[in-house]
Amino acid sequence: MREENKLMIKIAEAFRSENPALRKKAFIAYLMAGDPDPETSADYILTAQEAGADLIEIGIPFSDPIAEGEVIQAASLRALQAGTTLDTVFDMVSSIKDRMHIPMVFMTYLNPVYAYGYDRFFARCADSGVSGIIIPDMPFEEQAEAKGPANKYSIDVITLVAPTSATRTAQIARNAQGFIYLVSSMGVTGMRRELTTDQDRLAHLASIVEDIRKETDTPVAIGFGVSTPEQAGRFAAIADGVIVGSAIVDIIGKCGKEAKPALHDFIAGIKEKVICG
Amino acid sequence: MEEKTEEKTEEKKEEQKSKPGRFGPFGGQYIPETLMSALHALEEAYTHYKNDPEFQAELEELLTHYANRPSLLSYAGNLTREIGGAKIYLKREDLNHTGSHKINNVLGQTLLAKRMGKTRIIAETGAGQHGVAAATAAALLGMACEVFMGKEDTERQALNVYRMHLLGATVHTVTSGTMTLKDAVNETMREWSRQVSDTHYVLGSVMGPHPFPTMVRDFQSVISREIKTQMYKAEGGLPDAVVACVGGGSNAIGAFYEFIGDPSVRLIGCEAAGQGINTPRHAATIARGAAGVFHGMKSLFCQDEFGQIAPVYSISAGLDYPGIGPEHAFLHQSGRAQYVPITDQEAVGAFERLARTEGIIPAIESAHALAHAVTVAEELGPGKCLVVCLSGRGDKDVAAIARYKGENIYEGGGKHS
Repeated sequence: MREENKLMIKIAEAFRSENPALRKKAFIAYLMAGDPDPETSADYILTAQEAGADLIEIGIPFSDPIAEGEVIQAASLRALQAGTTLDTVFDMVSSIKDRMHIPMVFMTYLNPVYAYGYDRFFARCADSGVSGIIIPDMPFEEQAEAKGPANKYSIDVITLVAPTSATRTAQIARNAQGFIYLVSSMGVTGMRRELTTDQDRLAHLASIVEDIRKETDTPVAIGFGVSTPEQAGRFAAIADGVIVGSAIVDIIGKCGKEAKPALHDFIAGIKEKVICG
Repeated sequence: MEEKTEEKTEEKKEEQKSKPGRFGPFGGQYIPETLMSALHALEEAYTHYKNDPEFQAELEELLTHYANRPSLLSYAGNLTREIGGAKIYLKREDLNHTGSHKINNVLGQTLLAKRMGKTRIIAETGAGQHGVAAATAAALLGMACEVFMGKEDTERQALNVYRMHLLGATVHTVTSGTMTLKDAVNETMREWSRQVSDTHYVLGSVMGPHPFPTMVRDFQSVISREIKTQMYKAEGGLPDAVVACVGGGSNAIGAFYEFIGDPSVRLIGCEAAGQGINTPRHAATIARGAAGVFHGMKSLFCQDEFGQIAPVYSISAGLDYPGIGPEHAFLHQSGRAQYVPITDQEAVGAFERLARTEGIIPAIESAHALAHAVTVAEELGPGKCLVVCLSGRGDKDVAAIARYKGENIYEGGGKHS
């Protein structure tokens, strides 16, 4: 039973093209809620939308982000030190939901969701206009307990596929919601300079995208280690979208409350490459 | 209608299949997708070699002729007489090669990793005992070894850092978060996800994602198998209680496991209360934690109302962890085992008392169990007997205890960074 929620913008919107026969290449921008402080991070989400992002992935800060590299670990710490809690994250997102015309999803570790209570958490997501959730430490096999309550409030549970998923890929794809988050490389999030030059890796990723498409129409976006417009363009060419996180968060880490112009330029630059390749 | 029932059964089967390694509601595999295939491969290999006579014989040989098993069961006569209660026996894991119970698990896992074709092992360490054991097994079995250790722990356990260097391991100082055991686990998991194909993560306790809690328990259960035999020989029957310290809980589960089905044996775990469970400076997960999901498992964790993992504290680097193995969480929930918090002060008292009465300097971790064993011995009274798992020896702690007592001994400590 899914309750309709008028506030919520469906994830599919991010990939929808004017031509119904085609799919738009989506650029997904990751920002950490509460970094450098809750109010400024709300402003930065609006900046990302204005600069051309098609979907915003909002990180919920966590004390021990085991899937993150140093850049996002540092952002998490800054947000927590600025007094960000799950309640302030919901308040922050609610404060801008009326100005958002692209979908927002949360990226969070499972413990904050579990501690808040699944039903209470997803009810507040729906009220705040959040349409999906990515939980990196909740693999496919452990999804059931969160997926029921999430779907009750029309929140999509977005699943990750990794280069090592192998035989698990088909099963994950068949049960996918929202979009599939394809992890570009092994390890944690972070900027990797060598990514674009590695043709083997691109070919491997393209073959995984193909495997996924045999099972589902759900769009595939590639993330982890994408830091330049050129890399974003290459990944976008073989998938339905691309996710950029650490490179955006790094700008905020360096510029703090003065990051707006740099953020706008960087996101606009990536958007151009995602569209034009 | 019939179809629906069938569907439901199918769903239920699916659910059971998809929930491996559960202890009641606890356990599971809450780990990033990049590591899932590796965990499945590990589970498969472990299930295979667990029943492989050749593998078991090789492990047995190493435990006997390298690790010095079976470890002794010593009657602590002086301590018993001083208290005047139940007879106190000490399971002497401190006499194992490398000085603690950690070697039991490390030899098993490293041998398994080698059979799986891995060439490199990585490990987290708190007090340094697990890191030293891992470096030792790697040296013996010809594997590369990298150990992750919180900066605070490299300082308070500087001797163990140097031991690992001597054994040919690389030690990475972890400076993220609270710079202790929890952060060392985070960093080792990150490293494993970077390089999983040739690397096995030798997890040091009965924690983390399935199959680790089960596999580590199986490797450590040699402790309780030996206690059972040795107690029959010494006393002609079962002990009335088994007492062990609990951080993640590997020596405790090892000491409890064979007795879980013997309801007359009280099983008691002692967790670190630091400066007291009514202060913020403790690591008492059972007394003060709540259910949560972290480090690959559903279990109990010290955390705030928003699910942020709490910084914990104990004088003992080995018990300074905000969680507990899922099987302990279940033994607590089901009431089969009892868990009590022991303060730094109580542990230091027991540390000194055992040295004075029995001529044995215990690890400060094990001293938490000793402190409570004295209370249990008084409760049980004469004519009964209990076993304390003396999980490690205390040489590594001497300088830190001296500092705790206000004596300015720096035995090469504080220099490493």
